[in-house]
Amino acid sequence: MEAQTSAAVKTRPAKRKRRLLYRSEMRWGYLFIAPPFIGVFVFLLYPLLNSLYMSLTNFNFGQPAEFIGLDNYKRALADDPLVWKTLWNTFYAALGVPLGMIAALFAALLLDRKLRGRHFFRMLFFLPTICSVVALAMVWRWIFNADFGLLNYYLGVIGIDAPAWLIDQTWAMPAMIIQGVWGGLGVSIILYLAALGNVPTSLYEAATVDGANGWQKFIHITVPGISPVTFFILITSLIGALQDFPRFQLLTGGGPNYSTTTIVYYLYTVAFQYSEMGYASALAWILGIIIMLIIVINFVFSKRWVHYN
Amino acid sequence: MAVIAAGRRKRGAAKRLADLAAYMLLGLGGVIMAVPFLWMLATSLKPDGELYSYPPEWIGSRLAWENYRIIFEEAHLIRGFFNTMIVVVPTLIIGLFVCAMSAYAFAKLRFPGRDKLFMLLIGTMVVPGAVMMIPAFIMFKTFGWTDSWKPLIIPGMFGAPMVIFFLRQFIKTLPDELEDAAKIDGMSPPGIFLRIIVPLSKPALITQGILSFNAGYNDYLGPLIYLNSPERYTLQLELASFSSYYGTEWTLVMAGAVVALIPTLVLFAFAQRFFIEGIALTGIKA
Repeated sequence: MEAQTSAAVKTRPAKRKRRLLYRSEMRWGYLFIAPPFIGVFVFLLYPLLNSLYMSLTNFNFGQPAEFIGLDNYKRALADDPLVWKTLWNTFYAALGVPLGMIAALFAALLLDRKLRGRHFFRMLFFLPTICSVVALAMVWRWIFNADFGLLNYYLGVIGIDAPAWLIDQTWAMPAMIIQGVWGGLGVSIILYLAALGNVPTSLYEAATVDGANGWQKFIHITVPGISPVTFFILITSLIGALQDFPRFQLLTGGGPNYSTTTIVYYLYTVAFQYSEMGYASALAWILGIIIMLIIVINFVFSKRWVHYN
Repeated sequence: MAVIAAGRRKRGAAKRLADLAAYMLLGLGGVIMAVPFLWMLATSLKPDGELYSYPPEWIGSRLAWENYRIIFEEAHLIRGFFNTMIVVVPTLIIGLFVCAMSAYAFAKLRFPGRDKLFMLLIGTMVVPGAVMMIPAFIMFKTFGWTDSWKPLIIPGMFGAPMVIFFLRQFIKTLPDELEDAAKIDGMSPPGIFLRIIVPLSKPALITQGILSFNAGYNDYLGPLIYLNSPERYTLQLELASFSSYYGTEWTLVMAGAVVALIPTLVLFAFAQRFFIEGIALTGIKA
């Protein structure tokens, strides 16, 4: 707009020069954005579409692929109990998402009190999120150790007869949830802290004048005020949780008896241990569709509880 | 007057009490956060025979620094570290440059379809990474790129939509005046990009660079899928294979974990601000 009006005032040669400049700007613009688009085509769209075809075959490396229609999908949904079991495990593990969000909000509310030393605590909560999953998995395996682990020793001190955690079919997943919440708090805390700082203080002042107590203020001002960030954390953590797998591979190896094999872990096993690439491609597509559905459902429901001002 | 003063004093006491409770809760949370790190360090310095002492001892009879010497002898940590650098650094430099370039184009240059193309690029972020694992592997295998660093290095050089998104956001806030002045002087977009945009975007570039570096340094899944030969293992993969091999020799395994965390902790100590700003930025965009 601005360019047009100022160009109109200018004389003819200036106008022509402007057009030439615009041409060159256009060319450079397309050139500058070309690499990411090449990347998307080569490393995303092509393999994605290729795998859609592969999912309709019994493809393995070293042998020709035969077209078998929807057999892989039928097998996954009707004949392979491990698909459902690992899906269930994945949703069970995702219980860590709401637990982590509640813990993070609670910690953020404490840190928002502007106490001295809060930066130190913030740093402590944040630390695991930047650390290598391999190193953290190693120490947690040691902490969860049934006989000599630190956790069971301290639980014993306070009189709790603790389970064998990672090697107990019932307790391996709760252990993974604990580890996940511990490791994932930091990001949500920082996002919540930023959100809490953005709730207008005038709202709290008005509520105080009206005689609202702390809890009422929290429920009627804070919670709606931070709901966009709550929604953002929910979506991103959920997407992350549904794809979680390296820490399971490192801490439990998916066991005992598949009790901590997540769907992505299963996908990995099918592809790299059983070398069934066609079937693994079908599982990847099923997973992708499930994740998309969950995102869409969340967006639909978000209209009821997320308040944008 | 007296009533107000008493009320204020009462409120002051209530606030102090609440602050005290908050400190206690934060302290408890802080201990839970810190214990795994401290226990890692404590275990790594225990003499061999004292590992399974019960009740667990935080500090053994002496500090067994030899554990660190042993793991440098038993695991190829230095080789792993250099392999990681080979994988991470070129991708980081070229990838960041490419991202900045396209972010500049999306933020400042005018060309038809610019914003639609931007939305298209951002839209590709909805494809979950785990879904791409198998398709990408199949493709790289047919390229003959498996058991090499290529699948870990090359895709990143084409830029990442997420990074482009944040850099564009930053570049948009830069004032147009300098650019306009440069244009009048006859500077073309590449010149403006290199001489004006890049220097002004330094804080954003450093933030994204640090986050990408740390993510690359910590990456485990990529190397796990693509690398087979131990001499190409990155540090994280080397560490994981070492720990599965030495399973219950916890003193050595923990020493390995400490070594692997040191670069991250050093980076964090110097650049904490960038890490936290980088994260907070994602939230504001929400």
